[in-house]
Amino acid sequence: MNDLHAARGSVNPAEAGEWRPSVARANLVALYTITRREAHRVLRIWTQTLVPPAITMTLYFVIFGKVIGSRVGTMQGFTYMQYIVPGLVMMSIINNCYSNITSSFFGSKFGRYVEELLASPMPSWVVLTGYVAGAVMRGLLVGIIVLAIALFFTSLHLAHPLIAVTTVLLGATIFALAGFINAMFAKRFDDIAIVPTFILQPLSYLGGVFYSVKLLGSPWQEVSLVNPILYFVNAFRYGVLGVSDVPVWTAYVVMLAFVIALAAVALWLLNRGVGLRS
Amino acid sequence: MPAAEPSAAVPALEVAGLRKTYRNGVEALKGISLTVAQGDFFALLGPNGAGKSTLIGILSSLVNPTAGDARVFGISIHGDRGGVMRQIGLVPQEINFNQFEAPFDICVNVAGFYGIPRSIAKRRAEKYLKELRIWDKAFQPTRHLSGGMKRRLMIARAMMNEPRLLILDEPTAGVDIEIRRSMWQFVTRINRAGTTVILTTHYLEEAEQLCRNIAIIDHGQIIEDTSMRRLLRKLDVETFVLDVTGLDDPLPVIEGVRLTRVDALTLEAELPSGRNLNTLFAALTEHGITVTSMRTKTNRLEELFVRLVERGNGDSRRGATHE
Repeated sequence: MNDLHAARGSVNPAEAGEWRPSVARANLVALYTITRREAHRVLRIWTQTLVPPAITMTLYFVIFGKVIGSRVGTMQGFTYMQYIVPGLVMMSIINNCYSNITSSFFGSKFGRYVEELLASPMPSWVVLTGYVAGAVMRGLLVGIIVLAIALFFTSLHLAHPLIAVTTVLLGATIFALAGFINAMFAKRFDDIAIVPTFILQPLSYLGGVFYSVKLLGSPWQEVSLVNPILYFVNAFRYGVLGVSDVPVWTAYVVMLAFVIALAAVALWLLNRGVGLRS
Repeated sequence: MPAAEPSAAVPALEVAGLRKTYRNGVEALKGISLTVAQGDFFALLGPNGAGKSTLIGILSSLVNPTAGDARVFGISIHGDRGGVMRQIGLVPQEINFNQFEAPFDICVNVAGFYGIPRSIAKRRAEKYLKELRIWDKAFQPTRHLSGGMKRRLMIARAMMNEPRLLILDEPTAGVDIEIRRSMWQFVTRINRAGTTVILTTHYLEEAEQLCRNIAIIDHGQIIEDTSMRRLLRKLDVETFVLDVTGLDDPLPVIEGVRLTRVDALTLEAELPSGRNLNTLFAALTEHGITVTSMRTKTNRLEELFVRLVERGNGDSRRGATHE
């Protein structure tokens, strides 16, 4: 037992002695701590994080699926309700991932408790992975809730479960990373509302959530292919229903490219301390 | 005065030519150098905007330096940031924890950021929250804590990695005397146990009582870096406030003493340090003035601090004129 710990009366023999965790183990503990804190936050304010998307999506299912959908007829061999379920699930996942990480990370900047992270020995990748994991967890929880609600209105059979799961994880990760970058640059709460309102929502609506882009004439069909959300929605739709407007391998390439590019940018910004260190 | 003596050859902190110029052009640090020995209780003083918080920000990885280096127990901030951070516990000037979380969770989470397993972190959180007397509020959201409790929570949080260097940036601002005293008892105890402490404060009597060595920083430069004892020895005059009766015009002239009337019942007497006060009382009595009570006007360090900073301001103004 060293003098310092002896004088302080440390409570654990391991910590009172020469307790030295390896860097890898310390990073794992830190990663678990951030992820757990984020998960705890999501569950603590469940009325803000889990209930609103459930209510919104129920309205979508009732209005678009039941009332309007019954007059639309079938789409690519499925009822309109069945057709829009994957898109709405994906839309709620990416929206919630994005808003979770922006509000949580910007909140920590605003309340200055981000300094707890910056003044700790944690490397940047642990901070980023922890926040992304927390956001993906909320996205998955919301996705499960929305899917469960959808099953009240229609029946579904997972055509390609592995593709469905991997596309959800990739889509959620992409929007968590994008939200993290947004939060790093944000100086006011308004700055974290601009992207969801003016970019994310329009792209989601135009990304084939409610329709097949094959219904669009030229050049709008080609223009739609520039929208990345189209690939995420269609890849997930392929996983659930087995139909897609774009080749699934193309969607995977697009999603992986986004994950790599956004993670690289976020890490670079975090290492430089952009928006965090003066 | 703390009993622990510095022992090891490697300093707890070694700052060399550290500069910081902010994007708006403000030069907060102008190439400062500083050494703090292991086990020291070190005061870092300076007026507002002198560069103290910038220096602390650089040490705790919250501010990027423009040039220069700092080594904490021999580890460079440019080489192994994580290694440096493991040595440091920071109590910042501003409250910076999540107001919706409970003290216990805040402490346990911060320990987790240092890689400390949860089982150990929980026991440490309980130990330090109890020692700092906020255990009864440990599971309530921190927004319900009083100002003094929030300050003590920040000390408990900084102790979670049991740092070798504890940096306290104005930890007692706005805290009442009793709590302030209990905080200093705690910090003195951990200093005696071997933790090096760097303190910035505006309560100079605290620095005088607690710290063994001192640096004064002004306009981004170190204007004094010495032991507290040596610095206090520089003070050649002392000012006393005398409550008196029988004060009349004109004021008596006493050799070597400068008397100033504050009001009809109060005098200020400035006289060289170490001078026999009996001659002052005798002279006053001779002039029909009775001293009913007496106190020092300010503490000695405050007197010196004001002089050094004023002299620095005079120099910088003269320098500006030359330019």
